[in-house]
Amino acid sequence: MNNSDFSLQPRIPSIMVTDEEIDFRQYLSATELSVIEHEVSIMETREAAGIEALKIVQKYRGWISDDSLIAIAQCLQMSSAQLEGVATFYNLIYRQKVGHYVIHLCDSISCHLTGYDEILKVIQTYLGIGYGQTTPDGEFTLLSNVCLGSCDKSPAMMINGQHYHSLTNESVVSILNGLSKNAGDIV
Amino acid sequence: MTSKNWLAQALSQALTKPLTHLVNLDQPLDFEGYVQAGGYIGATKALTQLTPKEVLAIVSDSGLKGRGGAGFPTGMKWSCVPALQEQSNQAQPSYLICNGDEMEPGTFKDRYLLEGVPQQLIEAMIIASYTISADKAFLFLRGEYQLAATRLQQAIDQAYENNWLGKNIQGTNYQLDLYLHTSAGRYICGEETALINALEGKRAIPRAKPPFPQVSGLFGKPTVVNNVETLSNLPHILKHGSQWFKDLSPHSDPGTKMYSACGQVKNPGVWELPMGVTIRELLYDYAGGMKEGVKLKGLLPGGASTDFLVEQHLDTPMDFDSIAKAGSRLGTGGLIVLDDKHCPVAMVLNLLRFFAQESCGWCTPCRDGTPWAVEILTRIEQGKGSLADMAQLADLCDFMWLGKTHCALAPGAVEPLKSAMRYFKDDFEQHIELGCCPYQSNSNEQQQESQGVQPELAKRVTAGVNQGGENDE
Repeated sequence: MNNSDFSLQPRIPSIMVTDEEIDFRQYLSATELSVIEHEVSIMETREAAGIEALKIVQKYRGWISDDSLIAIAQCLQMSSAQLEGVATFYNLIYRQKVGHYVIHLCDSISCHLTGYDEILKVIQTYLGIGYGQTTPDGEFTLLSNVCLGSCDKSPAMMINGQHYHSLTNESVVSILNGLSKNAGDIV
Repeated sequence: MTSKNWLAQALSQALTKPLTHLVNLDQPLDFEGYVQAGGYIGATKALTQLTPKEVLAIVSDSGLKGRGGAGFPTGMKWSCVPALQEQSNQAQPSYLICNGDEMEPGTFKDRYLLEGVPQQLIEAMIIASYTISADKAFLFLRGEYQLAATRLQQAIDQAYENNWLGKNIQGTNYQLDLYLHTSAGRYICGEETALINALEGKRAIPRAKPPFPQVSGLFGKPTVVNNVETLSNLPHILKHGSQWFKDLSPHSDPGTKMYSACGQVKNPGVWELPMGVTIRELLYDYAGGMKEGVKLKGLLPGGASTDFLVEQHLDTPMDFDSIAKAGSRLGTGGLIVLDDKHCPVAMVLNLLRFFAQESCGWCTPCRDGTPWAVEILTRIEQGKGSLADMAQLADLCDFMWLGKTHCALAPGAVEPLKSAMRYFKDDFEQHIELGCCPYQSNSNEQQQESQGVQPELAKRVTAGVNQGGENDE
């Protein structure tokens, strides 16, 4: 398993893009800009819309690249370093490319007591990846998630916002099989 | 469409199960259905017949306490807002925030209300906003609750269409805008000042108090943050009066409470019951008792950040005072039940991993203490621990206790750890003596792997975890 050494390195942007090289008006789509501006209009400061803006761009692009981060920061008139601090703080903002399907497997206490570790093994075996990794075909990314609030129907997971619960070794395979068939579809 | 039978059945419980009698998880009531079922009577009364101070008096008199975990009296919290203290009606506008960031492990009570009866929460937020003179309200919902988000946004839109939000609500001078904000995911957002920072687009790090949010909160304005369940009581208190609310419970804490149970029980679920039901009743009458073939080992009475209780505490009423006297906290009222076949050390390790990952990193005792505890617990669970480790853990519990940390997260982590070391001391020592975990199940949980997609998460998770590869259980 490709272990933690890599990700423990300080994050250095792969391509050193300076803030000046990006013009957010060209980089962000009209839709993205208009939804971001709507969020700004609700708040008392522009930067208060930062988390919403990150979520909006991630919704359309799947993840937050360095370029996206710089463009959003420009749009909100804040420094990209400041926005990076925000982006990396939150669990549901992806700062690396993810697969079409992002699996968030609940690893909290109720799922722990009801067989989460077995489910994890099944998923890892089926997909051949560990936490934080994406399948080579770019279809699946596997991440953990803190308590999904399905404790009465544990173990549970969330894939692209859809919740699955009362998981068994068989049902997980069947869910993943079903998604694999749609591989290539835009999610 | 909802059938008449369903509605008749629901309404028959209106006075005994105010919060949940209208819950319909398959198809929640829309605005019209909700009004037909008696919705918005409380809000109408508040906005058209009562002044904010009169609403405050009713809520204070009802004795409603916050249901988010701390149990702080709601009326007292509101009364600190300047608008409710000064004689002038021209006080600075304030904000209401509904805390729907339900991320406490083992807690799923708010989800039931959010998905099952979204209109009720909107009405409740209107009443609370009116009371504290807020013209803007935010519903802060955790990002993973997407079904709830869809349903709540529909409820908000319908409230706007029916003049319950916007300008001149129901012909009064009162105006209110209500926005749904879904979180990007972090446990600490549930702490009210951290939540305010998150709404301001910042890292969700708790703020120093004072100033309290009621004086200086969101964007420096007076702000009240209330839990979903707390707010959901308001329409009913306004409708039926504070005395009715007090009479709901035979115990000192008034009202009903959303109780839940999960873990090794036959029938996990969530139930609205009079405040003060005993742990035994909840565990055996509602949750169906322990699963076949296992016995009760211990339980957390109110989510992950509460102290373990054991067999001897089963007859304790689940109200704030009684649970506190038994040495734990009512917290969210969600039982997490451990049986005798699962390893208590592994359970505590799972809990501490959660707290280590979700620590915001601001203060040293929490940032360094929680991963350190994870490291030691991992060692003990793998059978590589020593008695010196036990002493070190006890010291850590002291370093991370109240008064030494910036907020309540680390003390919340200490509660299950310290109580487990007390009640399950033999289990800890057996791990050390045998050099392995004496339990079969769940002790072979895999190491948390790297989280390349969320680099900061990776650092948090891996920093405290022994990197020694496969668990040799």
